[in-house]
Amino acid sequence: MSILTAPEATPDTKHVCYHCGEDCRDEVLHADEHDFCCDGCVTVYSLLKESDLCQYYAIDGAQGISPDPTFYKGKYDHLDQPEVHDKMIEFTDGRLTTVYWYLPKMHCSSCIWLLEHLYRLNPAVRSSVVNFPEKKVRITFDAADLRLSELAALLTGIGYEPYLSMDDLSGKKAGKWNRTRLYKIGIAGFAFGNIMMLSFPEYFHLGQNTSDQNLRTLFGVLNLALSLPVLFYCAADFYKSAWSALKGRYLNIDAPIALALSCVFLISIYQLATQTGPGYLDSFAGAVFFMLVGRYFQDKTYAGVSFDRDYKSYFPIAISVLSDGSEMRKPITDLQKGDHMLVRNEELIPADAVLQSAVAMIDYSFVSGESQPVERRKGDTIYAGGKQKGAAIELEVLREVSQSYLTQLWNNEAFAREKDDANKSLAARINRYFSLIVLGIAAVTFAIWFFVNKSPETAFLAFTTTLLVACPCALLLSSTFTNGNLLSVFSRNRFYPKNAHSIERLAQIDAVVFDKTGTITLPDDAEVDFTGEPSTREELVMIKTLVGQSSHPLSRLIARHLTEVAASRRVLTGFSETSGKGMVAQWGARTVRVGSASWVGAAGIDDNNEQSSRVYVAVDEVVKGYFTIRSKYRPELPETLAALRQAGISTYLLSGDRPTDRDLLTPLFGPGALLLFNQKPEQKLDFVRELQGQGRHVLMVGDGLNDAGALRQSDVGLAVSDDINNFSPSCDAIVEGNQLSLLPGYISLARSGQRIIRQSFTISLIYNILGLSFAVTGHLSPVIAAILMPVSSITIVAFTTLASNAAARRYLKKLTNVINEP
Amino acid sequence: MSALYLLIIASLLVALGFLGAFIWSVRKGHYDDDYTPSVRILLDDSEKQP
Repeated sequence: MSILTAPEATPDTKHVCYHCGEDCRDEVLHADEHDFCCDGCVTVYSLLKESDLCQYYAIDGAQGISPDPTFYKGKYDHLDQPEVHDKMIEFTDGRLTTVYWYLPKMHCSSCIWLLEHLYRLNPAVRSSVVNFPEKKVRITFDAADLRLSELAALLTGIGYEPYLSMDDLSGKKAGKWNRTRLYKIGIAGFAFGNIMMLSFPEYFHLGQNTSDQNLRTLFGVLNLALSLPVLFYCAADFYKSAWSALKGRYLNIDAPIALALSCVFLISIYQLATQTGPGYLDSFAGAVFFMLVGRYFQDKTYAGVSFDRDYKSYFPIAISVLSDGSEMRKPITDLQKGDHMLVRNEELIPADAVLQSAVAMIDYSFVSGESQPVERRKGDTIYAGGKQKGAAIELEVLREVSQSYLTQLWNNEAFAREKDDANKSLAARINRYFSLIVLGIAAVTFAIWFFVNKSPETAFLAFTTTLLVACPCALLLSSTFTNGNLLSVFSRNRFYPKNAHSIERLAQIDAVVFDKTGTITLPDDAEVDFTGEPSTREELVMIKTLVGQSSHPLSRLIARHLTEVAASRRVLTGFSETSGKGMVAQWGARTVRVGSASWVGAAGIDDNNEQSSRVYVAVDEVVKGYFTIRSKYRPELPETLAALRQAGISTYLLSGDRPTDRDLLTPLFGPGALLLFNQKPEQKLDFVRELQGQGRHVLMVGDGLNDAGALRQSDVGLAVSDDINNFSPSCDAIVEGNQLSLLPGYISLARSGQRIIRQSFTISLIYNILGLSFAVTGHLSPVIAAILMPVSSITIVAFTTLASNAAARRYLKKLTNVINEP
Repeated sequence: MSALYLLIIASLLVALGFLGAFIWSVRKGHYDDDYTPSVRILLDDSEKQP
């Protein structure tokens, strides 16, 4: 039996939750003739119904979110503390308060509707306005009637938990999308249009009489006035970027642009001052306008996605602290050595601490990649980054957050490496030669006119116009628009590269390294098999009811596996659960035990199985068999790996987990592939570095903090996340988990992007040669420049957009078909 | 021909007016979110008739 083709357990009848639209897997609840999958969904439904908001369900594509089951009263109490409160709000006049919160779970148009009707759920909310691309909502509420903590609880109650992290506390607001760029585009566009209009008479030859001369002077002065803000305000970024590159002793793409812009501007001033011509101010303003528009589109795609999150983003902002027997919420930055923390189920432990409760089950998958929770006993040191699974535990803080192991790990120098982008992009590489050649041609032209033809006037004109027509803006546009368009194509396919450089590096990838847990396994699913005597219906009901009582992750998985079995509402007597061992209960006269081998008395069976976790079942002290629980792999994994290998890319696996499923995975990764297990974060980093030492271009695919170092070290760090806005380590690209199968397509698309840039560069060369032939002969009139410049820009934009869209259709669609075929 | 000067000034003033309107709208946040309004307008706001 193959793990990868495990049949889904089919329930007798399929129930779909009315609220969240998911299949009801654990149990089915009924309310108002609708099916629901959990209490949370019923709660939201009744809340909406009470406020007459059921119209929500009628909106096309409405899919509710079931609220976070780990929420408890008082979770947001810290928000009312003045020092936290002031950092969380945007504005207040004492009564009316505005917050601009990030709600990562916002996902469809019905979310907009519901969130903008918050005032019906609570009249203290005056208005709420959603910014969907940024997944943010601006809520204005009456602080006298509604506390900040109550507002957060209200949002959490309907499923939209606000994302409040330490980043907010340290005062580092998420970079607001820049409006200055729009001002610059507006002004450049205004100047471009008006200069063009005022230049028209000149294009069509003004006469030589006095009134025409006066007009000519007026037009010249106006054009100059209009172009000043373009030079000093709109084009300022090009100069700044060129200057900083020059200071760093390299030539970036902005340097020749800045040079060309300066030359054009100076020759125009010269012509206007000496009345020898109208100058090229229209071309100048147009070039700035087109380049700004290109950059705007490039930036816009990324307004909502964060890439450079550090460990702080993973941590909650507050934790429950026990003092004198009472519980209060404390910002984790204020945690002191010796504080007693209370950590509930599924909460992250923010600082190294000593366990005070008897037992804890700690899930370190976030730090180490190990998927099974480990048991810790009273007095053990628990490192930050672990998650408690099960009942709440008490911990004494050993080291402050900033001193904790996880923080130290993060601050490790190797982890902090920045990728060196200078001169690496294709456009920058082409540009180096291009600039030299253009300068060479300009110099030769100048020399010939000056020394051979003895015509200094024409020499200067030819020199500057050569620079003007050969301005690398077409080159800049070709890479900006190709990459910009690819970025938006990628993000439509749920793949979010950080910037154009990431795409260009992606095109060169020849080795892919995968992490295991959470990357190629499904995060919340596992394969469960029962080995042993076939159980009777009654026994299955017993098991299901028993495991339904436990919050242990293995119990949850078994309960989920037994979908078709309805849990009995019968009360279990004598139920007791021993953490780390198992549980026992009375079913009428019978005793049911579920747990480890020693717990059920299955002596002599090898319990320290390396391959999987087992849960044994015994009824009346007779061992009936055991459930085998294995990680479930993403179903499309074999095809993905095969496609990668076909493209000549070698694949590797680095797992922090035990060598589970080595035999199963080895054939998938192909001959000669390396599969390494029990890897520490540092070892992963070293492995990637070693591959790079062999001249490979490495793509690292990972998810947790345990991969963060390797993600940074690799040429392209790809973070797999099912919530793109939330938990992703610092990386070059983020992909949604279920889209990972498209990885080979993404790489092909990035490669064809590079080809498109080269092709469009060829096109712009043709225009350049055409323009140059006018320029070197000293005959480039302003009209020709004014026509050539926009026409070449528009051709480039049209070509890159069409070509990259066609490539996207070819690569991403083809792959989807392959995978959809059974 | 003097009418031409008047017209040029007038046309520049009109253009400046539009530039001002554009800057005003950016400042007011009209371009901060160019997606949500397109959805919002399609969502029914009607209360259920009692």
